[in-house]
Amino acid sequence: MALIETRDLSRIYDLDAGRVVALDSVSLDIDQGDFVAVMGPSGSGKSTFMNLIGCLDRPTGGQYRLAGTAVESLDAAGLARLRNREIGFVFQQFNLLPRVDALGNVELPMIYAGFDRRTRRERALQALGRVGLADRAHHRPMQLSGGQQQRVAIARALVNSPSLLLADEPTGALDSRTANEIMALFQELNREGVTIVLVTHDAEVGRHAHRLVRFRDGRVMEDHRQTPVDARDLAPEAAE
Amino acid sequence: MRWMEAIRSAFSAIMANALRSLLTMLGIVIGVAAVIAMVAIGSGARNLVDSQIRSLGANLAIVTPGNVTQGGARLGAGAASSLTDEDARAIRREIDGVVAAAPFVQGGAQVVAGGSNWGTRIYGIDLDWFSAREWDVATGRTFDPEEVRRGDIVILLGQTVARNLFGEDEPIDQIVRVRNVPFRVIGVMAPKGQSAFGQDQDDVVFVPLDTGRRRVIGRNYAKDRSVGSIFVKFANESDIEPGIETMTALLRQRHRIIGEQEDDFSIRNLTEIANTATASANTLSMLLAAVAAVSLLVGGIGIMNIMLVSVTERTREIGLRLAVGARPRDILSQFLIEATTLSTIGGALGIALGAGAAYLVAQLAGWPSLVSTNAILMAVGFSALVGIFFGFYPAQRAAKLDPIEALRRE
Repeated sequence: MALIETRDLSRIYDLDAGRVVALDSVSLDIDQGDFVAVMGPSGSGKSTFMNLIGCLDRPTGGQYRLAGTAVESLDAAGLARLRNREIGFVFQQFNLLPRVDALGNVELPMIYAGFDRRTRRERALQALGRVGLADRAHHRPMQLSGGQQQRVAIARALVNSPSLLLADEPTGALDSRTANEIMALFQELNREGVTIVLVTHDAEVGRHAHRLVRFRDGRVMEDHRQTPVDARDLAPEAAE
Repeated sequence: MRWMEAIRSAFSAIMANALRSLLTMLGIVIGVAAVIAMVAIGSGARNLVDSQIRSLGANLAIVTPGNVTQGGARLGAGAASSLTDEDARAIRREIDGVVAAAPFVQGGAQVVAGGSNWGTRIYGIDLDWFSAREWDVATGRTFDPEEVRRGDIVILLGQTVARNLFGEDEPIDQIVRVRNVPFRVIGVMAPKGQSAFGQDQDDVVFVPLDTGRRRVIGRNYAKDRSVGSIFVKFANESDIEPGIETMTALLRQRHRIIGEQEDDFSIRNLTEIANTATASANTLSMLLAAVAAVSLLVGGIGIMNIMLVSVTERTREIGLRLAVGARPRDILSQFLIEATTLSTIGGALGIALGAGAAYLVAQLAGWPSLVSTNAILMAVGFSALVGIFFGFYPAQRAAKLDPIEALRRE
């Protein structure tokens, strides 16, 4: 079963300047365990698509099922719950809370999931270990390098064991060597069974993905499989 | 979001901008301080009035001798003893609502018992004194009517005098000497404590009126039956004003004062003194209430302002929290808790300041200072309410943010 199923997914903005069709009837399935790069120039609809499958926005038309849940019928609180449980976000600017140490940042999604303090601590340390930062748990973002900050953000995205890791230009603010390290981490996580959708305009980054979806003018222009989905990797969270 | 997490995050946000937070709290601090001081001063003044009434006796008026004109020279008030115990008896008999009219004379005296002696005030009183002043003996007995009528040589000691002359010993039936007259102690008065003016009311001895007049008080009373002053006790407070009017007419008639001639006595309503104190305390309370209201309003607006700034500054943080699963409700309560924490810390500082101010005022005015638990609870409640009320709008704005736009904001 596909993790993500969109059918005629559309997003139309009614602005003062007129109607803008940001996403135009996109039907796309993404399987569990896949590693998809979404590419396209700015204004192509790739960000709109990411916001929709990230449950940050609601479509104006069409259907979207995430892990079997019909998203278009949920209210704000329902969307929040779905984001909390099923999606981990990684942003270009890391978006860590500056006053809180790495551990606290990783704990954040679990606060909203309602876990008690001890469980949060335990799991956050585990997640930090998974991205190789167990020894930096009590450093604040300011005391960490860009690559380390992005690793903290990835640990935060993984900590609730979501079915989907959604990364928006995750290497955009990093130098190329660190970017490679982060991409290697993504590939490793994917091998462990994490489904990853990565939005980028960097062809180099896109090459690491198993499947490449190219947007233009709100439509899918190209959908190209670069590496087959290995059946072994389909078992979710098997590596954990 | 769990409460503890929200409060912890609120504290860290407040501490991150400590100076800004402190300045924001200032309005609340002053407002709450005013509330605390207001309540403390109000209840302090009320207590003062109560204790005044308690120690003096309720519904009391006092008749004192007025000025007397002798051959064109107006001698000051009290220069002559124009009042007599006959006047007291007439008041008791003829004025409506009077329950007691207690004539008395007073003077200073050295009281000697065995090897020790003590200087104190001595009062010559009759039986009405005890009901007028609502004052009884602690041990022994008061005068009996015969002792008062005959002017027997018996004495009642105030607590302070008894303690200084006899210490732990039993004073009843002992002999004390006043001006070489040997008095038998028949009772020790109940303790009264300090008067409203700071006098020790227990530093006193009582003898029958005639005994005092003839044997111990050296003052040269004009007539044999003259007295110093008369306490008049009424049954109800409402009886006092009309009672004073008829009393004035009665005394003028008895003293043969006619037409434009000036009274040779004056009558004061002692509850009025208490009322004046209450009135000035009320004025002060009103003033503080106004200060409190304005400060809490200004403080609340300050909190709203700073919370709006905070929401704007932390838009990205809000976006991130929404992205990782915060519901709008979680964001709302986070910012409400932050505003309330801010105002409650301000409230706590205000309580400290207000208690200090109340203490200072109490010291200066000589009032008992009272910062009650109720006032503190009220102040904390007020400041929390201000936080919730003025924090709601900014918190709602934060909760209504669109996660996508919030994340995009620089």
